[in-house]
Amino acid sequence: MRWQRKDLVGIRELSAEEITFVLDTADAFKQVGTREVKKVPALRGKTLVNFFIEPSTRTRTSFELAATRLSADVINISATTSSLTKGETLKDTAKILEANHADLIVLRHSSAGAAQFLAERLRASIINAGDGAHEHPTQALLDLYTIRERRGSIAGLHVAIVGDILFSRVARSNIFGLLKLGARVTLVGPSTLVPREFERLGVTVSHRIDEVLPTVDVVNLLRIQHERQRKEYFPGIGEYIRLFGLTKARARQLRPDCLIMHPGPINRGVEIDSDLADGVQSVILDQVTNGLAVRMAVLYLCGGIA
Amino acid sequence: MDADAIRNALRRMAHEIVERNSDLASVVLAGIPSRGVEIARRLAAFVEEFEKVKIETGVIDVSMHRDDVGQRAELPMVQTSRLPVPLDGRTVIIVDDVFYTGRTTRAAMDAIGSFGRPARIQLATLIDRGHRELPIRADYVGKNLPTAPGERVRLRLENVDMEPDAVWLITGART
Repeated sequence: MRWQRKDLVGIRELSAEEITFVLDTADAFKQVGTREVKKVPALRGKTLVNFFIEPSTRTRTSFELAATRLSADVINISATTSSLTKGETLKDTAKILEANHADLIVLRHSSAGAAQFLAERLRASIINAGDGAHEHPTQALLDLYTIRERRGSIAGLHVAIVGDILFSRVARSNIFGLLKLGARVTLVGPSTLVPREFERLGVTVSHRIDEVLPTVDVVNLLRIQHERQRKEYFPGIGEYIRLFGLTKARARQLRPDCLIMHPGPINRGVEIDSDLADGVQSVILDQVTNGLAVRMAVLYLCGGIA
Repeated sequence: MDADAIRNALRRMAHEIVERNSDLASVVLAGIPSRGVEIARRLAAFVEEFEKVKIETGVIDVSMHRDDVGQRAELPMVQTSRLPVPLDGRTVIIVDDVFYTGRTTRAAMDAIGSFGRPARIQLATLIDRGHRELPIRADYVGKNLPTAPGERVRLRLENVDMEPDAVWLITGART
């Protein structure tokens, strides 16, 4: 196949073939990182605007480095460094981005659908870097890439996603991607954060982590998003650790080849025991390295078509 | 061109590579995907047959170094480059199937530069169809095939296309 999309808004609208195409392209860009000159001229003369209405360091930095390695010029606009704060309409956001002559826009926004809205209205390529609780496609792609790199393929694997699923765009994008590539997915967490309704997507829901851990090939621990939590969803950190935290004792139930993943930033001692995060089963740093290759691939593909 | 003619052309090119490079151990054949990789493999096999020395081969993908990124409606798959690193002091021979405008060769030279600084870069191509747009020439040519700009050269290689080796000139085709 050939790549024909100018935007990456979500994993939901991608075919399995398109997902695999991005992952294969990322292989080629990962190789670039081993060269003497780690920069290629693919997006020379293009301007990328990193537009982050919500704070983010690692995703923004990863996109910035990816764009730099592709020879694009990068402008960073964030809610705190500009006069654009609360109250700005998306349409005004779009006008500002157009006025900046952006060829590619990486958008992080608190509202679901923000990236789609801009993609329909701007000629520039829109890359969704997280829109509310909707999708975070490049995170899912780098997770898929990391799993595929370690296990050879995704099809047939059993993946547990643990924690705050309800508010998590990472979970949604991962669910779509994993199912499309043939994995089995079990969501684990308290019923307030992992409601049964998710089963309609084609996944299994469990509220007992100890029943799930012995059967999985990958356990992906999501960050407890303190900033999004309201009291009625979340009883307390102590109770969460006791019921759902990946402690050393719990980790003994994992298969020896089970991968431990976390999109970061880690709350050490909450979602995961600190030693486990640095242990042999952890691929958390691989996720960061692969994120660069995956984002180079996405920027090259979406920014490289007319 | 049929399979015999292609084999004879590649044998002759392999002989020329041997004649022009006294230090064959420093030579790297870098094929441009996908047919250039297959041609590089065959050239290396001939050189090994003639001289009993092992020739290094590699893959050099040019997609990221092309000058028309952003001007096409769709993008083909980028293949992963594989070259011995570093290339410093080596003789790198770029291997392509059809030599046309020279833009692919320029991109390949740029890509090779990101792996190191070779002592020299040469170019081997099975078909030279003319119509250069850049000041680049080939060092080893299997066959000169005069063409008009509107014509197309169709090349098929076993192992790549699952068809027998053959080259056709298709006239009257669009662009």
